[in-house]
Amino acid sequence: MRYRRRGLDITSHTLLILCVIVFFLPVWMAIVAATHTQSSLYTGVAPFWFGSEGFGNFLAVLSDPVGRLGTDATRLLVNSTIMALGIAVGKITIAILAAYAIVFFRFPFRMLCFWAIFITLMLPVEVRIMPTYKVVAGLGMLNSYTGLILPLIASATATFLFRQFYLTVPPELLEAARVDGAGPWRFLRDILLPLSKTNIAALFVIMFLYGWNQYLWPLLITTESDYMTVVISLKRMLTSADNLVPWHTVTATALLAMLPPVIVIVLMQRYFVKGLVDTEK
Amino acid sequence: MATFQRHRLTPWILLAPQLAVIAVFFFWPAAQAIVQAFYIEDPFGLGHEFVWFENFARIFTSFEYLRALGVTALFSVSVAVGAMSLALLLAVQADRVIHGAHSYKTLLIWPYAVAPAVAGVLWMFMFDPNLGLLSAGLENLGIGWNHRVNGGQAMLLVILASIWKQMSYNFVFFLAGLQSIPKSLLEAAAIDGAGPWRRFWTVTFPLLSPTSFFLLVMNSVYVFFETFGTIDATTGGGPGGATRTLVYKVYEDGFEGYDLGSSAAQSVILLILVGLLTLLQFRYIERKVQY
Repeated sequence: MRYRRRGLDITSHTLLILCVIVFFLPVWMAIVAATHTQSSLYTGVAPFWFGSEGFGNFLAVLSDPVGRLGTDATRLLVNSTIMALGIAVGKITIAILAAYAIVFFRFPFRMLCFWAIFITLMLPVEVRIMPTYKVVAGLGMLNSYTGLILPLIASATATFLFRQFYLTVPPELLEAARVDGAGPWRFLRDILLPLSKTNIAALFVIMFLYGWNQYLWPLLITTESDYMTVVISLKRMLTSADNLVPWHTVTATALLAMLPPVIVIVLMQRYFVKGLVDTEK
Repeated sequence: MATFQRHRLTPWILLAPQLAVIAVFFFWPAAQAIVQAFYIEDPFGLGHEFVWFENFARIFTSFEYLRALGVTALFSVSVAVGAMSLALLLAVQADRVIHGAHSYKTLLIWPYAVAPAVAGVLWMFMFDPNLGLLSAGLENLGIGWNHRVNGGQAMLLVILASIWKQMSYNFVFFLAGLQSIPKSLLEAAAIDGAGPWRRFWTVTFPLLSPTSFFLLVMNSVYVFFETFGTIDATTGGGPGGATRTLVYKVYEDGFEGYDLGSSAAQSVILLILVGLLTLLQFRYIERKVQY
């Protein structure tokens, strides 16, 4: 392309690299702070280079009860993992089934079901927290994994993505399957699911991040530290200190809290970008 | 569309889990929120009284609520403008350079995976009044920083943390939008003598307007709901309500103030706001289909 200019290319690269560095700076400061002791941190401005603790602070928060939380970060990470996986797998499973029914079957009240599911797109859990909390309390699900997971599965984003995708499946495939004597379950298992692999992967990334990063819901329904997630534990750590914030453990926990989702997004970037652009359109 | 016809029961078995979950955790609570909005309940649950629109009237005459509305509006606009302009600037650069566009995407996309609360904590460390890097820098410039007492600074802190996290989302969409613009259009403009600056404003930018509009809505939705974590972990709505958004107020009134009627009425108002935003977005989708 003859209208390209070399000088501009250099400006572009400089700008991009600069921003990459600026975006990484808070994380770098946190990594460095997590390798210091509290007393070496509080000698002045936060240091730029590693301290004497190495992985000591990480190991400490993973094995010993953190602050006044009464639980260690390993437990918190396990809880977050269960919640994120539960939401991702749960949403994808019920969405595949529901979208399959709506696209490939004709039955009374089909459109009513469709709209009932559709309308849930409009209401995130934050809007109906109080009554949802009461329902969950009434069912005895406070401080339980079911209570953490089920209410967050009640939205239709995944159902919609699968519906859109199923609509693009050529009708000949179904005809052929029927001619060969395949029933609906067989068609789902042997033809539709293998075709949906990319979509499942994309949704998995999005839902895993969504589940892992939840804040308000786990904050409400986990009063016992045994079910607390790592993301909501941070606030308690910040406020539980006497006067000085124990930044060396807070940063270590914050880094542990962001590591799994960041790994997922970097490894599955291709699916993630596709899923994001597809679901939102 | 070919369908399975002689199966009466199968679709209901398939739909059962989804319908059960949305009935119990969505429709039932949503209906209760609407009913509750018309009652005033005793904080100890001893009695309740049907009051028509009194809860709503109370909300709209309350200084605290109007303030929360203002905070939410300022927050939304700042995050949308900040995250979108930065994302557009970077996406244009990444789209220009032939080598490395993909690496830049990886290097810029990861903040999306960071929880809003964690983003808040990372930035709070940067601005810690005792040992924060940025607060120390500001100190050198003669600006005292303490977001625990200064409302404006607390607001700036949550805005920065939100822009930092939302930028990557906007970047992904802008880059996808830019890459779908036919290169021949830009080449034609170049042959006609338009420089890079002119090409951007007359060709690229208008073609990106549907993406921009969509992102505007998404950024507002983000600020409305997801920033709850950022706010709660860092400022707790304070100091003195300076960072109390609408959702944060629903939470405070319901779970700390036990004013259930008001909290429910606020939920209903939020519900209507989100409904309007969703409608706007559908208009956008419809417009796009017509292209």
